Amino acid sequence: MYINKDDQQRYTVGVLVDNEPGVLSRVSGLFFRRGFNIDSLAVGTTQDPEVSRITIVVRGDEQKIEQLVQQLYKLICVQKVQVMKPRNSVERQLLLVKVKAGVAEREGLMRLVDIFKAKVLDVTKNSMVLQITGENDKIESLMHLLGDYGILELVRTGVVALERGDDVMTSDIFD
Amino acid sequence: MKLNGAAILIECLIEQKVGTVFGFPGGAVLPIYDELYKRMDRINHVLTAHEQHAGHAADGYARASGKTGVCIATSGPGATNLVTAIATAYMDSSPVVFVTGNVPQSLMGTDSFQEADISGMTMPITKHNYLVTSVDKLADTIREAFYIARSGRPGPVLVDIPKDVQLAETEYIPLSGDELVPRLSKKKPLAQLRPEGEALELYKTKAEPRLEKAAQLMAEAHRPLIYCGGGVTISGAQQELVKLADRLDAPIVSTLMGLGTASAANDRMLGMIGMHGTHAANIAMQRCDLLIAVGVRFSDRALGDASAFAPNAKVIHIDIDRAEINKNVSTTLHITGDARTVLELLLSRVSQKNHAQWMQQARSMTEDYLSDDHFEPRKILGAMARIAPEMTVATDVGQHQMWTAQHFPFVRMRQLISSGGLGTMGFGLGAAMGAAKSDEEGRPVALVTGDGSFRMNLTELSTIAHYGIPVIVVIFNNGTLGMVRQWQTLFFGHRYSQTTLDRGPDFMKLADAYGLKGTRVNRIDEFEAAFEAAYAKGEPCLIECMLDIDEMVAPMVAPGSPIDSFCLN
Repeated sequence: MYINKDDQQRYTVGVLVDNEPGVLSRVSGLFFRRGFNIDSLAVGTTQDPEVSRITIVVRGDEQKIEQLVQQLYKLICVQKVQVMKPRNSVERQLLLVKVKAGVAEREGLMRLVDIFKAKVLDVTKNSMVLQITGENDKIESLMHLLGDYGILELVRTGVVALERGDDVMTSDIFD
Repeated sequence: MKLNGAAILIECLIEQKVGTVFGFPGGAVLPIYDELYKRMDRINHVLTAHEQHAGHAADGYARASGKTGVCIATSGPGATNLVTAIATAYMDSSPVVFVTGNVPQSLMGTDSFQEADISGMTMPITKHNYLVTSVDKLADTIREAFYIARSGRPGPVLVDIPKDVQLAETEYIPLSGDELVPRLSKKKPLAQLRPEGEALELYKTKAEPRLEKAAQLMAEAHRPLIYCGGGVTISGAQQELVKLADRLDAPIVSTLMGLGTASAANDRMLGMIGMHGTHAANIAMQRCDLLIAVGVRFSDRALGDASAFAPNAKVIHIDIDRAEINKNVSTTLHITGDARTVLELLLSRVSQKNHAQWMQQARSMTEDYLSDDHFEPRKILGAMARIAPEMTVATDVGQHQMWTAQHFPFVRMRQLISSGGLGTMGFGLGAAMGAAKSDEEGRPVALVTGDGSFRMNLTELSTIAHYGIPVIVVIFNNGTLGMVRQWQTLFFGHRYSQTTLDRGPDFMKLADAYGLKGTRVNRIDEFEAAFEAAYAKGEPCLIECMLDIDEMVAPMVAPGSPIDSFCLN
């Protein structure tokens, strides 16, 4: 089916899976096979050592996301899938960036560090390593500004997200 | 008792009441075959000539009987030879447990001899798969594999067992009955068996609003049509489906996988829909105002142009696999659940309707063929059905498969064994063999195949000959890859690129080489005599039907066209 680009939205999907070897491969393989584009993917164990949680950011229209959720449920290793509503969830990612920073640039960079509530992790005569956490927009805009100073190296984690409020996503399901 | 992994595997197969396994030994499954040898009084093994056909045989066994098929192969090439068979079972939701050996874990990942990452390779074509890393987990893994294979929407499960796990010993505790249902069933809504007791009550409560809505749509419809697929067979919902059709006074159409659900002898049955569907079925589809789709997945071969499919109809989709809902066609209403359960619940909510005019209109499109002396597929299939109306018929893939679907009047579920989704040429002989082995009464099974498909699996003649498996191989020999030739005729300017099979072998000499009786026929009376004799004898044999190279499958709808615009009548 042809998907009009304009209909595409960004969706954050939380997936609880069995913490077993090969699970990430099963989940990412499914995305590839069914033609979904992953913007970001993050995975880690939960308070229950037998359960891992994957957070995936994908683009698509509503029908495609519904199809994705149902396909995920077909994987035996998947316990629970939740599409998070943007207004009703908090999401963060973490960025580590090494920027060119001689004497002349240091002051300006420190101002950006203040504004963005970033952290300085390392300073040398020629460079700085900064850490920033936040939503995608904040990370993108800092990256844009740092471009003027010269980004030497950069690494970012995938998005992680939780819904607001008292409701929790558990593997105790029957729906 | 303390047993090694290989012995535990075989004991677990016996726990599951597996009567026959199909397979082929090799280095990485030697311990398994050794333990099998010690238990030959409790479990049968059929040795095929090639692993692929062992896989198809296990699949055919499952399709014909509804039981879970089992296939064993060694590591590396043995395992990769299974890939086509696994994908075939996956596309048609057939419950098969594939067991492969692998190199010892100490050698895994080192590119050792006959090593292949078969669990990685088969992830996209299995319902689930396992690499067993410890003998302590083996028994429960096998039990879980069987449960997953048959529950919910069935499918193939692969269990890869490294050789060191086969040799390691642990305590084996035999289980039976309910104990064999693994704990995971509670957590996995999609791995459920048909709901019963408390689960059924819960399901009823949840489904109630949808059932009510469905009943209302059915009450309002003027031209309802029931569209049934393989899911009805899997669920065993044949009676409920026909009852619903009677209640609604509605005609029935079927997918390839659904043939036999409603007997061809039933006046409501209009035949198969889709690319090679009947006029009656395809036209009814386009005219109905309510389509009740049960256990179907709206395959592209059935739909034609999806946007022009059933244009006037509201669609109720009943399927156990939630992912099939709104995948290819947007539905008005869907009910996720086991077909038999849902139909039973619906029947209690629907009152008797009368749509005599619509029924008559739908029936009026059924074709009556002119008869002449020409020796053609329709007559052969007609003769087969006259001689053995309830016989299990397996097919390969191509023209002969569509002719069989169109012209053999299937009267019961599981009567047609055919590779629908994957369209696997070479599926037939293995599948027919498996189907025959699953029948405790040992009745003969027919394989309708083409000369093209048969060249892919004829090596298994040795297997049916050795074990005396009663498969009557009916070869439609038109000296070409007929379905491809048909497309070349219609869409590629008669340029018959690499489709003419002017190179033998002489199938009669081949039959002779395998010690089987072969008969070549050129006329329908010759065929009738040969088939009648073969059926009465119940021994494996070959009947080669010499057909015209330009015989076509009709009707036909060009791919991607609305299914009522026939390009070939």
